[in-house]
Amino acid sequence: MIEVKHLYKSYDGNYVLNDVSARFEQGKCNLIIGRSGSGKTVLLKSIAGLIEADQGEIWYDDQNFSHLDVASRQQIRKNMGVLFQGAALFDSLTVEENVLFPLDMLTELNRKEKLERANFCLERVQVTGSNKLYPAELSGGMKKRVAIARSIALNPKYLLCDEPNSGLDPETAIVIDNLIKELTEEFQMTTLVNSHDMNSVLEIGDNVVFIYQGCVCWEGTRKEVLQTDNEALNNFVFATNMAKRIKRS
Amino acid sequence: MKLLSHIGSYFLLMRRTLTRPEKHGVLYRQIMREVEKVGINSFPIVVVISLFVGAVITIQTNFNIENPLLPKYLVGVTVRDSLLLEFSSTMVALILAGKVGSSIASELGMMRITEQIDALDVMGINAASFLILPKMVAAVFFFPILCLLSIIVGLFGGYLSCALANIMPPSDYIYGIQYAFYPYYISYALTKMVFYAVIITSVSAYLGFYVKGGAVEVGKASTKAVVQSSILILLANLILTRTILS
Repeated sequence: MIEVKHLYKSYDGNYVLNDVSARFEQGKCNLIIGRSGSGKTVLLKSIAGLIEADQGEIWYDDQNFSHLDVASRQQIRKNMGVLFQGAALFDSLTVEENVLFPLDMLTELNRKEKLERANFCLERVQVTGSNKLYPAELSGGMKKRVAIARSIALNPKYLLCDEPNSGLDPETAIVIDNLIKELTEEFQMTTLVNSHDMNSVLEIGDNVVFIYQGCVCWEGTRKEVLQTDNEALNNFVFATNMAKRIKRS
Repeated sequence: MKLLSHIGSYFLLMRRTLTRPEKHGVLYRQIMREVEKVGINSFPIVVVISLFVGAVITIQTNFNIENPLLPKYLVGVTVRDSLLLEFSSTMVALILAGKVGSSIASELGMMRITEQIDALDVMGINAASFLILPKMVAAVFFFPILCLLSIIVGLFGGYLSCALANIMPPSDYIYGIQYAFYPYYISYALTKMVFYAVIITSVSAYLGFYVKGGAVEVGKASTKAVVQSSILILLANLILTRTILS
């Protein structure tokens, strides 16, 4: 479980996060949705500890991440997988080396065990026969899969995904979404997914948090998203004229 | 204030960099990779430039001291001391600031803007130590080797200009480069090169590591890395020369 309590973050006096509180349950896909610039990425990076919040608390199960020292934070981070918007694969390493990287750095497994684990993760995300390729030789969807494989290599308890399907075609995007959902249920991870893609929300959103102007404006399930009376959320979900007509009917 | 803030950030980054590595085996592999990138790949440029500069210094010196009262072997002495005292350390360091410094700044800058450094941080890995320390270690050990290489090739370039351009007897040149030789000059050149290696790698890494924005900012960081490293090399040259040779 991850919980944020009264989180604030401002840049030059402008609040990007303004008293954000939310609880993200284990074994569920928790989606953070909102318009571009609403503060989703800042929230996710604050939770990952990449951005220091001005105020508030971030709890990983029973540990208050905000008050931990560097060494204790690193221990939590070893249980954390993060999927970045651009995949963030290491350019100088092959697919296999990318997945081996956290195993090399953070475990005491022998070479054979590490390779087995890396290949298991790659097979799990349906990447086979590409072990020796470099990131530059992969398609966008493949990069995301390899990044997912790398993020689950250490069997993390928490998976944070920043717009995992941005830049992908709708069909590949759904494949990535479903993969995240399957892995979440299979490994009972606490998964947070930042997205502004409504297909993702409707496909995998067990718990949906809508961020509007730096605040949590609405929270519910994917079914409730379609039935809400919240005006800001309706404007976001039913953004096109066609969608608005369908909603009215 | 901005300068003080940069100096503070630089030293904080160095403190993060110079910490105990998480895995010595990984550090060793990283250092070997960096030796290739920072050192071995710089061989050709150092060889070509040193060869031509050695030849040109010989021709110019010979031209300037054409006096029957001055023995010819003084050309060899001048070429040797020019290479040892200044060219093979400071000038080669300025060339390396252009080649290696810009490469480090752009590599780390690209890693920053494509979130690869963030990926290291969230894995709980000290990104500064993992990325910068191997570059610094590789440069500190390998730049003095490049300096020695430059001295040898420069002297050979001088010999070639004597032999091929027939500007003076090669035997006088050979005698000159051995005449009144102080081995201390080599220690002086190598000591300077160690300082320059730290300056080039750390300043370039600092500028690349904290890039914000996109490709334009990476380009600017790369340019800044060359300019600032070069200025600091010249400043360090002045201080070290005053300290070591006085």
